[in-house]
Order: sequence, then C-alpha cells, then structure tokens
Amino acid sequence: MRKKRGIKKGLIFSFFAIVAAFAALIAWNVMDQAEDISLGLDLQGGFEVLYEVHPIRDDQEVNRELLSDTVAALTARINVLGVSEPNISIEGEDRIRVQLAGVTDQQTARELLSTQAHLSFRDVNDNLMLDGSDLVEGQARQSFDATTNQPNVTVKVRDADLFGDVTEQIRQMPDNRLAIWLDYEEGDTFYEEIMKEDGKIVSAPYVDKVLRTTDIVIEGGNFTVESAKQLAGILNAGALPVELEEIYANAVGASLGERAMEQAIFAGFIGIALIFVYMIGYYRFMGLIATITLSVYIYTVLVIFNWMNAVLTLPGIAALILGVGMAVDANIITYERIKDEIRSGKSILSAFKSGSRRSLSTILDANITTILAAAVLFYFGTSAVQGFAVMLIVSIVTSFLTAVFGTRLLLGLWVNSRALNKKPRMFGVKESEIGEL
Amino acid sequence: MNFEHETSKLDFVKHRNKFFLFSGALLIVGVILLVTLGLNLGIDFRSGTTIDILSDGAVTADEIAAEFEAIGLEPDDITIAGNNNEIGRVKFIGVLSQQETFEVQQHFESVYGDAPTVSTVTPIVGEELARNAIISVLIAAVGIIIYVTIRFEFLYGISAIVALFHDALFILTFFSIIQMEVNIPFIAAVLTIIGYSINDTIVTFDRIRENLALEKRVKKFEDLAKVVNKSLIQTLARSINTVLTVLFAAGALFVFGGEAIRTFSLALVVGLIAGTYSSLFIAAQLWLLLKAKQLKKKRHRQVEQKEA
Repeated sequence: MRKKRGIKKGLIFSFFAIVAAFAALIAWNVMDQAEDISLGLDLQGGFEVLYEVHPIRDDQEVNRELLSDTVAALTARINVLGVSEPNISIEGEDRIRVQLAGVTDQQTARELLSTQAHLSFRDVNDNLMLDGSDLVEGQARQSFDATTNQPNVTVKVRDADLFGDVTEQIRQMPDNRLAIWLDYEEGDTFYEEIMKEDGKIVSAPYVDKVLRTTDIVIEGGNFTVESAKQLAGILNAGALPVELEEIYANAVGASLGERAMEQAIFAGFIGIALIFVYMIGYYRFMGLIATITLSVYIYTVLVIFNWMNAVLTLPGIAALILGVGMAVDANIITYERIKDEIRSGKSILSAFKSGSRRSLSTILDANITTILAAAVLFYFGTSAVQGFAVMLIVSIVTSFLTAVFGTRLLLGLWVNSRALNKKPRMFGVKESEIGEL
Repeated sequence: MNFEHETSKLDFVKHRNKFFLFSGALLIVGVILLVTLGLNLGIDFRSGTTIDILSDGAVTADEIAAEFEAIGLEPDDITIAGNNNEIGRVKFIGVLSQQETFEVQQHFESVYGDAPTVSTVTPIVGEELARNAIISVLIAAVGIIIYVTIRFEFLYGISAIVALFHDALFILTFFSIIQMEVNIPFIAAVLTIIGYSINDTIVTFDRIRENLALEKRVKKFEDLAKVVNKSLIQTLARSINTVLTVLFAAGALFVFGGEAIRTFSLALVVGLIAGTYSSLFIAAQLWLLLKAKQLKKKRHRQVEQKEA
C-alpha cells in the first residue's frame, strides 16, 4: 500500500465477485424457478368446489376419520381424471375443498367428483338385491360387447351363486327387469327414473334365464368409450362413504386466468422498476445496493416458494408486494440512519457501523409484530387468508435476511474498502448538511 | 428531502385536535355509511352466480343478452369491461344448476372460443371467510398489544391498535362511498394494510422511545410534545419514502394489473395513504395524549405522597 489509508481493492473486487455470482445464478435459474411455481386457480384457470359432508346413514358420525376416508376416495377419483396437481383439503368440521387447476372439462370433473358411486342392483319395486359390498373391489373394466361392439362396463361379483339367486328371483317376476342404479336414494322409484334421459339408472336389462356367473356386464344405451372408462374408474376408486353437497363453486376460464396473470406480472415489473429508479435516485450508491438485495429477495422468495410447493394466488401476490415494501422499508430505515449519522459529522465508516446497528432493533420490532399478525391469520384463517399469511411470513423472513444482512455485507465491503471515505454525496448527503461533531 | 428537526417548522403536535376531529368525523360517517348503505358485496358474499365471458372482439351488453336468450337464460345484470370491451360480466341472483352452468360454458365456448369463468356460491362461505378474518385480526390485535407492551409499553400498544382499526375502517368507508364491488382479494388487501399499518406505526414509536430515553427530564406535556414532534420529523423522510415505494408497486397493479385485481389494488392504494396518515397524525398523537395523562397522574400521586 502506497498511502497509509489507501483503498483496499480486494474488498471491492469481492463485492463485484459476489454480485456477479448472484447475477449469474439469477439469470441462469430465474426463468426455471418462475415456470415451476404452481399457480392458483385465479391465475391459471381451473375450478374449485367446496363440499359440505353429510352422512349417508343415520348412525354415521362425521368425524376426522370419515373426512380422511372421503378425501382418499376423492383423490383416487381425481386420478381417474388425470389431473396432475389436485389440491384436496379438509376445512373446519365437515367441509372438503377440492381445487383442480388447469382442468379443461369442468363439467365431467364436477360430476365425477360429486357422484357417490354407490352401485346397486334392484328389482322394479326398488328392493335391494345386490350392492357394492357384493362386488370384488377394483375389478370394474371397460370393454366392448362382442356382437354390437358397443362400449360397456363389466364388474365382478364375489360369489356366482349370489348373482344366480338374484337372477332366479327376477326371472319369475312379472316385470323381469333388473335395474342397475348409481347412487340410489331413499324415495327414488324405478318407473320415475327410467323415464328420465339422464337418470340414475345406468341400465335395466331383462332377465330371461338364471345366470350363475361372477361377471356382470352393464350395458348402458348411451355409453361412449370415454364415459364407460370413467364409470369403471370411479367404481374401482371406491364409493364415497358420504354424501357431498356443493356449497361453493368457482370456475375460472383458462384465458381469463392467464390474462390476469400476465397483467399482474407486467404491473409487478413496472412497480419494481419504479422502486429501483426511485431508490437509486434518492439514496444514490446505497440505493444501488438496495436494488441488488431486492433482486436477490425476489429470487429467493421464488425459490422458497417452489421448495414449499406452495400455490401462488392473487392474495399471495399481495403478500409478496407487502414483502417488497418491507424489504425496501428495512433498507430505507438503515439508510436514513446512516445519513443521520453522516450529517452529525461522523466518518463514513463509523456512520455505517452505528447506523446499521441502531436500525436493527427498529427493523426487528416492526418485522416481529407483522409476523405475529401473519401467524394469527394463518392459524385462525381459512383458505385464501391462510395462503396470504404463509406468503407474508416467507416474504418477511426473506426480506429481513436480504435487506439487513445482504445490505450490510455488500455496503460493508465498499465502506471498509475506504473507497467511499469523504464522499457523503454518494450517500445522498450534501456537504453543507454535515454538522460538527 | 431532508427534515432537520431543529430547523424544520413542521409542527405535527400543534394541530393534533384537527386530525382527531377529521378522523373522528370521517369514521363516524364511515360507520353510518356502512350501516345504511353498506358495502357492495360481490359474489363471494352473496348467493348467486357470476359469469365472466372473454370474447374475441368488442361485445355489447345486448349481444351477450341475446346469446343468453338463445340458451333460455335471462341474466339479472350485464356489465362490459376490459380495455377493448371484450369482457362481459353477467350476474344471476340465485345459483345456476350444474346443467345450466354446463350449457353456458359450452355455448360461449362455441361462440367466442373461450370457456367463461363461472362462480357460484352460497353466501355462508364468503361470510365465514370474512368473519374468520375479523376474528383473526382481533386475536392478532391482542397479540400485538402484548408484544408491544413487553418491548415498549402498554400505551404504545393501545395507540398502535387504534391506528390499525382506523386504517381498516377507512378502507371500508372508502369502498362504501364508491360502492365498488368487494370480493375475497379485497379481504387480503385489508389484511395487507393492517400489516403495513403496524409496521409503520412501530417504526415511528421506536424513534419516540429512543428519543424519550435521551431526554433527561420529561415532566410536562410540552416536553413530551417536543419529543414526539422531533421523532416524527426524524422519521418523516423514511415514512414518505417507504409509502412512495410501496405505492409504486400498488399503483402499478392498479393501472396495469387488469380487471381481476382492480378492487384489490385500489384498496391497497387507499389503505397505504390511510396507514401513513394514521402513523403520523393519529397513533403518535394518541400516545402523546395518553402518556401525558399518565405523567400527570403520577405527578399528582407523588405530590400527594409528599404531602402525606
């Protein structure tokens, strides 16, 4: 070193090395991270239904176990639909929320979910002959009629004699039809339902001879390959142990969701660009550091979000914005402190040290109170409010780390290098404002 | 922007009664409006069906009504939105059946090429969400008072919570006046403002606490008032800069963010302004009043003890 108080170039070099490393990481990875984010219904289209669970039998009690069983049955059904990321959650005492993002055929999905899939075989007087418990589980198949090539569904009965006895009885009745019901309910009658075009009777074949077989073929008049496959699928997925009533349904068209997303992202970019310009204009060199730490903040939130497998929704974006606000705020509090200290006549180095030390408790208190509020919202809130709270907590913690420690590290490298000594203008302080210590 | 408390002529404390009067009047008007006029509750809080239709070009309400007539439905309300009038928003009172919903979706997909967004709801769900949010905020308020009492002092906690409710009520009043439809994201916006309001108030209080510790003797109201004013001026640059930067983000969302989040972003913008105002003019001033009262009581007691 030539002078006693020369500039430590090594520290400035480390600054550029760290910034370049982050810039490279972000440039390389940010698009992948952004694409991996699972978007909520409001942002990508899809639909959401909230069901209230009612017991089927009088002795049934709606409890946690029954709800879990129902969720399992619903999950199995959604697999029939082939939705990649279904989100099914239990809410409150007796509610189940199903969210299917990106589903194109909402109508089928809704029908498929709400049917109980209780298959029953009855005579024309609605007396129960066989039901789901007599069938072998997981043996429903879609196949084709050998002669007409019509799609149909086959199921397996546990015992050939069982079906034999049933056909024996039906054969002797005056109206020898065997009605195959899906979701029979107390009060439904054969003669009413058979007249309906889209009724609960899947088919009602005439029984002319006794069939001692385990294989039953269900032939519906209007089966397509697709619908026969789906019926087989839900029969295999298992009957729902409960009745589900839709109490809230929300379907977002894919294009509308996409538009909302694009516009929100565009607006977000403009907002962040304005913040950057303002910060650099007002805080000069420190503002530049702030834009670096803010970029790291946004990137980190994306990564954490992916890692948590969280779903980004509009309220989530709200929390992200509040997080940006708090990250900027932490920077501003620190910078104002440092400026105060510079104005009071301290050297840049000691102003930086005491400024960051004194601002820490302020930032900490402000962040903890907000986290406290977010935690309560998470614990007591429901769906949308909870999503907001999770995003808020992630944002606050990340913004605290990047804004406090990131700024200290980066700004510290410059301050300690002595390159900024006696250059208060770099901090947005005029020489004339500096008082005597 | 630089606010030196020695040279600055700004006096927040002097005008405190005007601020109290202004906010008090505003909130009374707000409560009256909320009770009489109420909020324009969106589909999230009412029983009904809302259908958003995205068309390939500009549409008129008559065209959309004609399309609904073709499938035998009569909407209760049709509004046109979007930059090029390409979005039709249709409302039905009462819930459409699965079959009707299906028909609507199929019909408009074949006419305009895009499946519309259909939301149906029974009001309990939205109401429960709102009620849950309110209960959560109340519990959070108690938590904040406890934390602030431990870290600061009870009076700071009380003042911060008053400011918090002030801001929330301010947004509700604003939306009651303009009668813009409120939805579930609106609740998220109110929660965001509550978070921001706490944050903002605590930063101001932190400075008051610090300056108070520096003062050697704080006996009279005037001493306290000086501390409060000094602290507010010292944190003014920070308050303005912070609200400006967050406003940039919220404002950009409002202008460019599209229909879906317009209510949300407007609530944010309004709330941010209310939040900054309340931190500067309500929370700190209220603390000053409460603290001065407490000091007076203490002095009174000391005098009594001396006499006794």
